[in-house]
Amino acid sequence: MSTEATVQPPAPGKKLNRIGLEPAAYRGGKTTLCAGCGHNAITERIIESFFELGIDPTQVLKLSGIGCSSKAPAYFLSNAHGFNSVHGRMPSVATGAVVANRKMIAIGVSGDGDTGAIGIGQFVHLMRRNLPIVYIIEDNGCYGLTKGQFSPTADLGSTLKTGVVNDLPPIDTCALAIELGASFVARSFSGDTKQLKAILKAALSHRGTSMIDVISPCVTFNDHEGSTKSYSYVKDHDEPLADVSFVPYFEDITVEYDPGTSTAVTLHNGSKIMLTKMAEDYQPTDKISALRLLHETMSRGEYATGLLYIEPDKQDFLDLLGISDEPLATLPETKTRPGQAALDEIMDSFR
Amino acid sequence: MSVTASAVQETAPQPRSARVVNDFAIQVATVNGSGSQTANLVLLRSIFQMGVPVSGKNMFPSNIAGLPTWYTIRASSKGYVGRKKEVDFLVAMNPETAREDVMTLPPGAAAVYDEPLKLKDLRSDVVFYPVPFDKLITPITHDAKLRRLVRNMIYDGVLSRLLSIDMGQMEKALRKQLGKKEKAIALNMNALKAGSEYAEANLPKLDPFVIEPMDKTQGMILIEGNSAAAIGCMMAGVTFVSWYPITPSSSLCESLIDYLKKYRKDPETGKATYAVIQAEDEIAALGMVIGASWVGARAMTSTAGPGISLMAEFTGLGYYTEVPAVIFDIQRVGPSTGLPTRTAQQDILSAAVLSHGDTRHPMLLPASASECYTMAMEAFDLAERLQTPVFVMSDLDLGMNNWMSDPFEYPKKPLDRGKRLDEATLERIGEFARYRDVDGDGIPYRTVPGDGLPAYFARGSGHNEKAQYSERADDYANNLDRLARKFETARTLVPKPEVDVIRGARIGFIGYGTTHWAIVESRDQLKAEHGIDVSYLRLRSYPFTAEVFDFIDTCDRVYVVEQNRDAQMLSLLKIECSPARFAKLRSIRHYIGLPIDGRSVTTELLKHEEDRAR
Repeated sequence: MSTEATVQPPAPGKKLNRIGLEPAAYRGGKTTLCAGCGHNAITERIIESFFELGIDPTQVLKLSGIGCSSKAPAYFLSNAHGFNSVHGRMPSVATGAVVANRKMIAIGVSGDGDTGAIGIGQFVHLMRRNLPIVYIIEDNGCYGLTKGQFSPTADLGSTLKTGVVNDLPPIDTCALAIELGASFVARSFSGDTKQLKAILKAALSHRGTSMIDVISPCVTFNDHEGSTKSYSYVKDHDEPLADVSFVPYFEDITVEYDPGTSTAVTLHNGSKIMLTKMAEDYQPTDKISALRLLHETMSRGEYATGLLYIEPDKQDFLDLLGISDEPLATLPETKTRPGQAALDEIMDSFR
Repeated sequence: MSVTASAVQETAPQPRSARVVNDFAIQVATVNGSGSQTANLVLLRSIFQMGVPVSGKNMFPSNIAGLPTWYTIRASSKGYVGRKKEVDFLVAMNPETAREDVMTLPPGAAAVYDEPLKLKDLRSDVVFYPVPFDKLITPITHDAKLRRLVRNMIYDGVLSRLLSIDMGQMEKALRKQLGKKEKAIALNMNALKAGSEYAEANLPKLDPFVIEPMDKTQGMILIEGNSAAAIGCMMAGVTFVSWYPITPSSSLCESLIDYLKKYRKDPETGKATYAVIQAEDEIAALGMVIGASWVGARAMTSTAGPGISLMAEFTGLGYYTEVPAVIFDIQRVGPSTGLPTRTAQQDILSAAVLSHGDTRHPMLLPASASECYTMAMEAFDLAERLQTPVFVMSDLDLGMNNWMSDPFEYPKKPLDRGKRLDEATLERIGEFARYRDVDGDGIPYRTVPGDGLPAYFARGSGHNEKAQYSERADDYANNLDRLARKFETARTLVPKPEVDVIRGARIGFIGYGTTHWAIVESRDQLKAEHGIDVSYLRLRSYPFTAEVFDFIDTCDRVYVVEQNRDAQMLSLLKIECSPARFAKLRSIRHYIGLPIDGRSVTTELLKHEEDRAR
């Protein structure tokens, strides 16, 4: 079916997921990113998440902007339709696509430059609309594809390999997304397999905009001493707010948890996000506390990771538009071209 | 010359012997935001209802209230609806411009004016009708705000008397304009009557201008091009609209929203069978259209020059990903604030090749309200058939002014959704390759997300025919050559020009869009006044069809008439012309922000021809 070359054949005896597909059905073309690039780890988690949730790849839209991050959609779900748009403009293409076919599941992959610089305008309005999409920022603080210039998420005082110091404050895309109305906002680290996968699965099950900023070190241009987006820096300064686990609605699992130190968030489809060993003052359904946590951790040079904010029942953009349940894209002519009587009535109004 | 110095002059102009019936232009000079639009439209509609061909052109400032605005109504028994340069009958309501408005009138013109402006001594060759508007409005209402709004209806009353416009038609037009607002209707009627009665008692008719009933508008409608385009979009089955407000295009999407709300609800669920999104800018507007179209919606946007500039990159992406898109460009003067409320045909060249890289885009060129309607539908069909962005190049004059039109016909053809892959086709062609030229027309087969058919990855120009990323020289060149073939296919599918070759005519006009109306009039002038026959071809689309080149061959000289400085359409023609044809092309251009008029075309053509003869 695919027009992308699938490079990894399924390993023999691999288990099938709940819709009877092998993990290989979720893979894409071979990555052309640098060995060790954080983005590849994110791609793996995306593949695992879709597989484990049993989402039909042919019902997925994968989109991206421009940059190293934006190459990623070619490396997963080769049976899904993909759209590599122009720099910083994936949100608008995604908006049109999601509105035109509300039955599809959309995932957009962007980078810190693609989102925070050239694309900040469209990013802002996507968040504001609460469009149902999983929006991932593969955040390495630099422009990898043009050889390592700073991006707007680079931290103040962070240095380039050449010794150039970043003297502007970073844009915190998570704080921005929370402020603007995204109903699921998380930060994770490409090196944290367990947390990232739980967040991705939760995001795919959430209705509304799920914005995930994933710190994803650039091994070639931003992994040195003096960088605040290097593997070693992020490992040392990662402050998980809680252990995140995800229980999909179709898994009949009773989870024991202590309500004193844990909390469960139920998503609209019945899936649950379990948060245990929670940090003090952490209230994932409270915007103000989420923003306070972000500001406090940032001032200490730390990354607060995990599910930062969630509003599981917020109205999404499709409901706001009041569009038909049948996708706009597949409406037949009988429903989209009014009859002669309508035209006659309109003509009469101009006589 | 000061007003007081000339006040001693008492000689009244003599009544003209010859009456001028149904062939003159009225200009109303007011301040914008003063509610003059209702009065002007009532005047326009009354003449229309009397069966007299009429056109209205609004020259308004980029401002909400307080700046000068002029509205010109032209009655023309012959049916000319282009702008007429000379104003025959002035209504001077704006103190700021009144003197200049009067001074620029041709001899023999008439002017109704607000009495305190004391204009009547400015000219002895103009008929003046002073009207004490404030005095007349005082007994009608005590509300100062209403007085300001209703005051303008008084000049309609005065004109009804002076020009013999039927009062019953005025009332009918007023009711049409105001709907069911009985209070407002009563108030306005009182103002109308006050004006008419004042004129009857105080203003003996001294000018020659008269409206007399005709039967030339029967069954017709009066409509703005933008409304017509909106109706066309709805009838084309549009399902996705994204737009960003911009003059003069906003009213297209705004009236489309009204129609969609009314006529496009699912009868069973009451839910919308469309989505309209007001985007954050024009970049996003086209991005959304491309996204929606990629998954199979019928998607469009509408904009003007500045928006076209912003849409450049996405237009190129649409061209290379081969995603349909319909883009209305209601052209105006630009960039920046420029003259956003003045008309032009200035985006022809940029739209034709919008974006970086090798790109060429089909353009449709409506000249009338009914073409705004039909070409809206054609644009969607072409965009899907050709899998590419298609521009509809309207302009402010067409989009925002009222035009007479025959009522629109219900579409006869079903929607053309283009080459969508289906199971049967897949079996026939064996393998799906998104960008393979299976049929030799350059147009590949397309799948859409969710259709259960093979997926593909849409990306810029760096791909092979299977839509896989490729930087290979042959893949790139093959793709560009196929896209060029597709453009040749477009040449056979776009609307053909309207051609009128006159036997024995040595010269020809090529025009397009609203320029048409000036050319129609100019041809008559050239024939009647100078005995010159001029053949005519009206372009209705780009790429140029074979008829265009055949037409050039029938002429010795071809004048391409357009409303821009740089002869943009002429430049596009020259790209495709042989040297022999190239040498025949001349240019007549008009770029003052006002619609082109027939007299200017005639004058320019004669000048060119004389220069040549010299």
